[in-house]
Amino acid sequence: MLDFNPFAELSASIPPAVMKGYVVLMAVLVAAGTLFDIVHKGSAKYFFTNWRRPNRGRALGAGELVSIAAKTAVVDVLASGEFCHTKRRIAHLLTMYGFVLHVVATVAMVFGGTADVWPRLWWIGGIMLLVGGYWFWFFIRVDVAAEGSSRFRLMHADLFVLSLLASVTFGLIWAWLLARGSGAAWVVFALYVLASTVLFGGVPWSKFAHMFFKPAAAFEKRVSEADGTHQNLPTLTRDDPEQQARHSMELLRNAPMDMGLGIKREAPRHY
Amino acid sequence: MPTFVYMTRCDGCGHCVDICPSDIMHIDKTYRRAYNIEPNMCWECYSCVKACPQHAIDMRGYADFAPLGHSVRVHRDEQKGTIAWRIKFRNGTEKNFLSPITTKPWGQAIPKLKDVPAPSKEMRDGQLLYNEPKWIRMDDGGLRTLKDARLTLKKGVAY
Repeated sequence: MLDFNPFAELSASIPPAVMKGYVVLMAVLVAAGTLFDIVHKGSAKYFFTNWRRPNRGRALGAGELVSIAAKTAVVDVLASGEFCHTKRRIAHLLTMYGFVLHVVATVAMVFGGTADVWPRLWWIGGIMLLVGGYWFWFFIRVDVAAEGSSRFRLMHADLFVLSLLASVTFGLIWAWLLARGSGAAWVVFALYVLASTVLFGGVPWSKFAHMFFKPAAAFEKRVSEADGTHQNLPTLTRDDPEQQARHSMELLRNAPMDMGLGIKREAPRHY
Repeated sequence: MPTFVYMTRCDGCGHCVDICPSDIMHIDKTYRRAYNIEPNMCWECYSCVKACPQHAIDMRGYADFAPLGHSVRVHRDEQKGTIAWRIKFRNGTEKNFLSPITTKPWGQAIPKLKDVPAPSKEMRDGQLLYNEPKWIRMDDGGLRTLKDARLTLKKGVAY
């Protein structure tokens, strides 16, 4: 099953040029939707205004900025380092890498990639995405985990994750039916195209654009730590011997440096 | 000074919703991020600001009180047992504070009043309240006053 390339089979019924055109159209929709989103929400404007504000602290050299950008890319983007909640982080990593593998494999196969690795990546990526996505949707979503809402209640915020899950779910079912030669494959294929169009065409109305603004925010946070402004957050800590010796810190004189998790010991779910 | 949330920093974990004593921190239905549903009902307790693991919540000062470039931010580090404040005034002055967290586990801070000896007549007639000066840290000297510090009260606004 993992070696089955559904797009090779599909090219017998739909001309490859149409498939390629659809993929290009979706890429254009994502680019246009993201630009619209940036202009509409003013996120880029906010980012650059914030960047140019006068009290930026110490000026950073180009080398430092490159190093910060590399850290942001590796820790915050590639490893989803901003998540405090371990389950959410794992679910996000599964969904993110599953999506990347699935999309890259789809594009490769539509544009004529015949290597054995593409169908495998397409299936494995899809399954990773479904595991991470459904885990998030049914168990981790904050209004489900914390507010006790029904797992099936839909709202605007779900447009992205649901269209993503629908697209990949229908895609895998369609490929499976196609491999078995079932006539129902065409019905599921129509749903697959519909869900994919909503996913990529719905960028201005969904949180698809978070893949652009979240790294920008993570980068800004790291820059503010490096230039000493720390987003105006306090910088005094108990690690400093001078602070430990202060009269008002007497209560903590013999306390361990790690006093336990505090509020983080429990996931927030008591309201 | 009601709270507001930096949407790009919030990851919708719900700690603020959990801790808000006024029940006004909620998760937005469109973006799945926290927001203050009723800023004029915010009693500015800073609970959510301290609870937020991403430092995504801040206070908006009223324009007549704290305009232009002020900032009051806090980091409650429970692992180290400290709470730190950084206060920036609009004239650029900055104050930094670091103190121990004195919150006790539930049921651990009940004074055993039955075991405390009754106050003497002198104590009854004195100005100090129960457990003063010990609990307000006046044990290394008397009450700190402007006079002790050789300061005088100035009329009007002093910078």
